[in-house]
Amino acid sequence: MQDGNRRPVGEDDIEQLIDGRLPPERLEAVRRFLAEHPAQQARVAVDEALRIELRRQLDSIAAEAIPSRLRVATLLARRNQAWRRRLGTAAAAVALLAVGLGAGWQVRGWQAEQWRAGPQQPAPRLAEASDAIAAHRVFVVETAHPVEVGVAQQAHLVQWLSRRVGHPLRAPDLSGQGYRLMGGRVLPAEREAAAQFMYERGEGGAGNRLTLYVCADGRADTAFRFADADGFAAFSWIDAGLGFALVAPLDRPALLAVAEAAYQQLTAPAGATAPSATRQPAREH
Amino acid sequence: MADLAAELEPHIPAVRRYAWSLLRHREAADDLVQDVLERAISRWHFRRKDASTRAWLLTIARNLFLNGVRQGGRQGRHMPLDDSEVPAPEPGADRTLIARDALTALQGMREEERSLLLLIGVEDLSYREAAQAFDVPEGTIMSRLSRARARLRQLVEGGERVPLRRVK
Repeated sequence: MQDGNRRPVGEDDIEQLIDGRLPPERLEAVRRFLAEHPAQQARVAVDEALRIELRRQLDSIAAEAIPSRLRVATLLARRNQAWRRRLGTAAAAVALLAVGLGAGWQVRGWQAEQWRAGPQQPAPRLAEASDAIAAHRVFVVETAHPVEVGVAQQAHLVQWLSRRVGHPLRAPDLSGQGYRLMGGRVLPAEREAAAQFMYERGEGGAGNRLTLYVCADGRADTAFRFADADGFAAFSWIDAGLGFALVAPLDRPALLAVAEAAYQQLTAPAGATAPSATRQPAREH
Repeated sequence: MADLAAELEPHIPAVRRYAWSLLRHREAADDLVQDVLERAISRWHFRRKDASTRAWLLTIARNLFLNGVRQGGRQGRHMPLDDSEVPAPEPGADRTLIARDALTALQGMREEERSLLLLIGVEDLSYREAAQAFDVPEGTIMSRLSRARARLRQLVEGGERVPLRRVK
């Protein structure tokens, strides 16, 4: 007790006092010290008031009912779903390899097929793929106005396209695949607007461009589906209310790598840290 | 799996509060919380057994927030900030005025200072837990905390203008 009060008062005592964590045996010494230093005492009083008020003010957030999407049960269910989808993709990759090894295999025209479902479930073609390829063909050749809104205004671009499509959108970062975002534009879609993000690589130009087409699509989620036409290949998929199609003049495996990267970023919960989180795990204790 | 819910869910209000304090945007904050929980679920078996679950979750929240800022994805700057998002003050109370100023002033501070004030002053992390979260010695936490408090006090008392981040 006495020892506790004899040690000189330090910064740590003051902070502990403000946080209401000062050990009782130090209280007297600290009180005495502050009584002798009125200016510091006043500062401590303000700091304490600020801490308490800040906490009181923020308490209303903590007091709210927890949204159901944050329930652990909800998250576990989503996780299982995502896991099954990943398994599906992995199985599909194996299947693709097998198919690719087969001689003379070729996709002709609009013969889109579904990877995962297998023969018992014929794969309906996603309209996204044909629309996206058509839009790709029209706009990648543009030299003057390939995009409506350029990447310089990326925040505005994403906000604008999100509003038009009616869903929060993101332009995935494909720099890991060598593509830089150029910008985007609004396109007509079945009922609503669709968005097209355009990327390019190397020295640019039509042959080096890639587009990501996004539109609202309320149907059930799908695995990747492949389609090609006129020398352009597309992977399309539906995820969480949005239909996507990635188009480029690439062969299937090369496009798949980009599609996987885009998919990974796009399926991360909106607000978007998952890609960085998976690539560079945060420090956790 | 029921015990996972029992372990994690009691801390969701605190994580939401911290996330909101960082982002000042309800949806974005809940997105962050969701990321935190997903990560916590996938890393549950890797957590440090000697740290409290709450401190662990809050640390994940901070790290994911920082990753997001680095990626340019989770910047409050790009989000419209609605006045209704700020908890309504009770009229007439001077103390509330201070707190409202404090909430605003917090926005003008560096993330590290903000997080220190929030994690220790609001979320009750122990100094040791904070030291682990920030990966610095406990003594360093004390002096940084002291500096952060001085800065907040100056911002509030000096009436320095801290414009709310607003887009559009």
